[in-house]
Formats: sequence, structure tokens, C-alpha cells
Amino acid sequence: MTTAEGHDQKTSGMGKDLIVYVCLLTLAGLQFLIAYQNISASQMFVRMLAVACVEAGLAELFFMHLWSEKRAFLVFVVLFTVLVLLGMQYGWTDSFRMVTGAPFSK
Amino acid sequence: MSQADLTMDDHSTSLTIGPAFSVPSKKLAMWLFIIADTMTFAACLVAYGFLRNGSANWPRPFHSITNVALMTFVLLTSSLTMLIAMRSARAGDKSKAFLWIMITTALGVVFALLHIREWMGLIGEGMTMFQNPWGTGLFGASFFSITGLHLTHVTCGVIALITVGIRYKGGRYNADDIEVLALYWHFVDIVWMFVVPLVYLLNLSH
Repeated sequence: MTTAEGHDQKTSGMGKDLIVYVCLLTLAGLQFLIAYQNISASQMFVRMLAVACVEAGLAELFFMHLWSEKRAFLVFVVLFTVLVLLGMQYGWTDSFRMVTGAPFSK
Repeated sequence: MSQADLTMDDHSTSLTIGPAFSVPSKKLAMWLFIIADTMTFAACLVAYGFLRNGSANWPRPFHSITNVALMTFVLLTSSLTMLIAMRSARAGDKSKAFLWIMITTALGVVFALLHIREWMGLIGEGMTMFQNPWGTGLFGASFFSITGLHLTHVTCGVIALITVGIRYKGGRYNADDIEVLALYWHFVDIVWMFVVPLVYLLNLSH
């Protein structure tokens, strides 16, 4: 690689990082906007969580350079994380039961 | 030793010491730590959601988003400065990399101070681990646990940044070590993106 090529690669890399940084700031701002919308707490929660997932995805892929790793590693990390997070959702049904007494207590 | 033995040795060596997924072992170890830590934070956040959903009088003590917005901005910016430090280290520019690591450290310290200031404000309003003037006492326990766990991660990150930065400047660590540390710092940033909506923004008093 020549010095000029190396410089170009470094500059374009920084440019991409800056774009991702601005996107993350914008998405964080969007979360704050959602907090002031006149919607129910559950709708707010779902929207904010969706934005947070997009933010986390961007940060993982570009800031943590997961995108430039081997595809097998990317799949390993994503699948493992998603399975763990999905597995932790079992508690919600019991949480609703505490509030409404349904479906298990009746 | 015969030629067949040598060939066998070469083959078994390539099978055993080749890095998994072609990722250096230090980096893979950090990724595995991050995945494990994701479980810890996810468990805390799910438990928080469980309590919030199951409690009738969940407090909404946050009147302003200024502090948390500032904290978010500082942490996101520190991720960018860490990236610049990593790129400088990869380019072999030691002094620039060290400078950006120290800027990241300073931003981490600012974040921690803002966090502590917010805690002090809430404690001043009468909030403790087990009671508060607004509603269920579970709020204090869950709030301090989650934000405290995150603050501990930031504090550890700041200590690691100083240590690795100094050792990198002294020639004991290289760009790979900076990259591994950067992974941890970005992870702390990602966790904050989930803590903010769940713990702060859903509890704004309108």
C-alpha cells in the first residue's frame, strides 16, 4: 500500500466514523423526542427499544468493527446475543400476572 | 523423526493453535466478556422492567432531561475519540493515540461526575436504596443498582484507559491492546443507550 492510499483509507475511515457518530447522536435525540410524545408507556417503551436496538447495531457493526470481521464471527456474536436476550423475556408474563391476576391465577 | 511425523505435527499444530474465527485471542476474549456482560445488564434491565410493570405507583422523579442528555452526548463523543485513538495507534502515531486516549479518559471522568451529581440531587430529595418520597421503594434499589453497575463499568474503563495508555506510550502495549480496550469502551456506550430510555426517559414527570 502506498502512503497516499493509506492516507485515503484513513480519511475515508474517519469519514465513516463521523457519519455513524452523527447517526447515533440523531437516534439518541429521537429517543428524547419519543419521551415527550403523548402516547402510552408501552408504546413509548417499544419505540425507544427499537431505536436503542438500531443504535446498538450501528455501534457494534461500525464502531466495534464487527462488520469487517469474518462473517462466521459476526453470525456467532449476533445469534448468541439475540438468543440470550430472547431467553430473558420469559419474565414478562409473570410481571403482567402480578398486575392483572391473569392468565395463571384464574 | 520421520517425514510423516513432521507432517502430522504440522497438521495438528495448525488445528490447535489457529485463532478461532481468525480473531486474535485477546480480542476474542474481550468479545466473550462483552457477551457475558450483556447478559448481566440484560438481566438487570429485565428485572427492572418486571418491577416497574408490576408496581402500581412507580415514581417519575425526573423533571429535566438536560443532565441525562449531556451525559449521553459526553459518552457518545468519548466513543468517537476512542476510535480516533485506535486509528492513530494503527497508523503508528503514538503521541496522537496517547493524546486521544487521555481525551477519552477526561470524557469518562466528566460522565462519572455528571452521574454522581445526579445521584446527589436524588439523594438530596430524599431517595435512598429502600425508600423515596414519590412511590414504591423498589425504585431506589433498582435505579441505583443499574446506574451503579454502569458507573462501575465506566470507572473501570477510565482506570483501564489510563493504565493501557501509559503502557502503550512506554512501549509495553501495542495497537492491538488499544483496540481491545476500545471494544470495552464502546460496549459501555451501547449499554447506556438502553439504560437511558428504560430508567430515565420512561420516568419523566410530564
